[in-house]
Amino acid sequence: MSTATHSLPRTIGAHAVLLTYTAIALFPVILVIMNSFKSRAGIFGAPLTPPTPKTFDLIGYTTVIGQGDFIHYFQNSLVVTVASLFFVLLFGAMAAFALSEYRFRGNTMMGLYLALGIMIPIRLGTVAILQLMVASGLVNTLTALILVYTAQGLPLAVFILSEFMKQVSDDLKNAGRIDGLSEYTIFFRLVLPLVRPSMATVAVFTMIPIWNDLWFPLILAPSEETKTVTLGAQLFLGQFVTNWNAILAALSLAILPVLILYVIFSRQLIRGITSGAVK
Amino acid sequence: MGSLNIENVKKAFGPVEVLKGIDLEVVDGEFVVFVGPSGCGKSTLLRVIAGLEDSTSGRVLIDGDDVSVTPPAKRGIAMVFQTYALYPHLTVKNNMGLGLKQAGTPATEIERRIKIASAMLSLEPYLERRPAELSGGQRQRVAIGRAVVREPKLFLFDEPLSNLDAALRVNTRLEIAQLHRRLKATMIYVTHDQVEAMTLADKIVVLNAGKIEQIGSPMELYNSPANEFVAGFIGSPKMNFIDSAKLGETAKTIGVRPEHLTVDAKSGAWKGTVVHAEHLGADTNLYLDCEKAGLLTVRIFGVYNAEPGATLFATPDPAKTYRFGADGRVLK
Repeated sequence: MSTATHSLPRTIGAHAVLLTYTAIALFPVILVIMNSFKSRAGIFGAPLTPPTPKTFDLIGYTTVIGQGDFIHYFQNSLVVTVASLFFVLLFGAMAAFALSEYRFRGNTMMGLYLALGIMIPIRLGTVAILQLMVASGLVNTLTALILVYTAQGLPLAVFILSEFMKQVSDDLKNAGRIDGLSEYTIFFRLVLPLVRPSMATVAVFTMIPIWNDLWFPLILAPSEETKTVTLGAQLFLGQFVTNWNAILAALSLAILPVLILYVIFSRQLIRGITSGAVK
Repeated sequence: MGSLNIENVKKAFGPVEVLKGIDLEVVDGEFVVFVGPSGCGKSTLLRVIAGLEDSTSGRVLIDGDDVSVTPPAKRGIAMVFQTYALYPHLTVKNNMGLGLKQAGTPATEIERRIKIASAMLSLEPYLERRPAELSGGQRQRVAIGRAVVREPKLFLFDEPLSNLDAALRVNTRLEIAQLHRRLKATMIYVTHDQVEAMTLADKIVVLNAGKIEQIGSPMELYNSPANEFVAGFIGSPKMNFIDSAKLGETAKTIGVRPEHLTVDAKSGAWKGTVVHAEHLGADTNLYLDCEKAGLLTVRIFGVYNAEPGATLFATPDPAKTYRFGADGRVLK
């Protein structure tokens, strides 16, 4: 099929590039999932082959479910991720609205200050954060993690959302003011629904690092009660012996919830990325 | 009820002065149009009246009450925006009713007013639709309907026709004129389009660079402009301005409207060459490059055949020629 806009060699070329990229991106994920269904001998004997009837083994999954309180770890991860996400989106959107909507002295400086966090990794402040958490008695609580992750996610959220909120029509907000809506109603009922695609973008960018994080759970909340999935998986990682079946099974399971959240946001996400490009 | 007084209103954004002392009186039932080039402050003035911007100094009085510090919702105004500004998540009916609901009006009263307004603007078939399911013209009618149901003292229109195509613009203009006649309400209308201003207004306020240049009825502005700016702004095609030095006159500039020039192939005041001719059917616009007067636009009613390059003589109607002094004001 050769038309004005499609030529066969170009289509093949484009697909070749895309497929190569997909293969590279998916390779480690597939390797993890594939090997999680194999016996120990199968993993080490032929790590790149899919499970055969001979090497197929669910020992990893039974270990994960049997040993350690994995359901509980999942629950912790989910609570931390969802709560942080909620606060990042709420406070990020509110700050972004203020920055984009109201003229006040120091508006630009405030915006820069809030965006500075994008460039400075929060991990640099780990010692101070730990001291703070110890002093406030929040060590080994999920609250500590939620607070840190909220702080970590806010700069990017404010930065992205304020750009999008600037695009929301002034007339619409003014119409609301004339109709007697409060600034809160204007924000929640008029502006937020219109920036929903960009909220989804921010949600995905915020969610994935939080779910995958090992650093802060290890330092701030390593207790059995507050372990997250990534930290829980370390259980099987010993100094001398590593239970690869269990680790791979745990990691495979850990992909699931974040994948579900991603699917929920992704439809909005695509609109968020392409909005402004087409209209 | 529905008078408006503006007393020495000034507005500055930082060091930039957008409104430089505006005084204006609008009596009940008047249709007033603010007109001027982009950036002249007409929209800012409307926003100050609406309460969406605070003035830096000066007072705004609606029905004699100082509303300078009253929030927009309590001023008894309704506004129609250029971009319609309908609430995307509400149906047409709820869009119209929201303001009243916020003000605590009883549901039966809201229902009654929506019924009247939607009948007036033929919106009945669309009451349950959302704005996304309406065309541009319908959306603007909903926006007007939303203003009507509030039964405001003052209607404010901020370039309501700018986003519509030419045919719809004429229709909606007509609808707004009829609405004004029927409601007998005070309306303030901002536009940069002088045709809208001339056709709708009882009174036109010409603004330029944050100051009022002239206030008057459309015909007053057309027949006796106060200065060069108003003379050039009102009327289409634009008035011809001729540097008097070339003509040996005492005034700084001579102004004559394209429709007040006559052309003749043999004799006349100013000899010139046809540069271009625009044939519009009802009118013909000729562009003449004259030896003495420079480039002139001549508007001839009906069809006039003139080829570019032909020599013609243009003669101004002496009774309709304006003389402007060095400060731009009309010399009597």
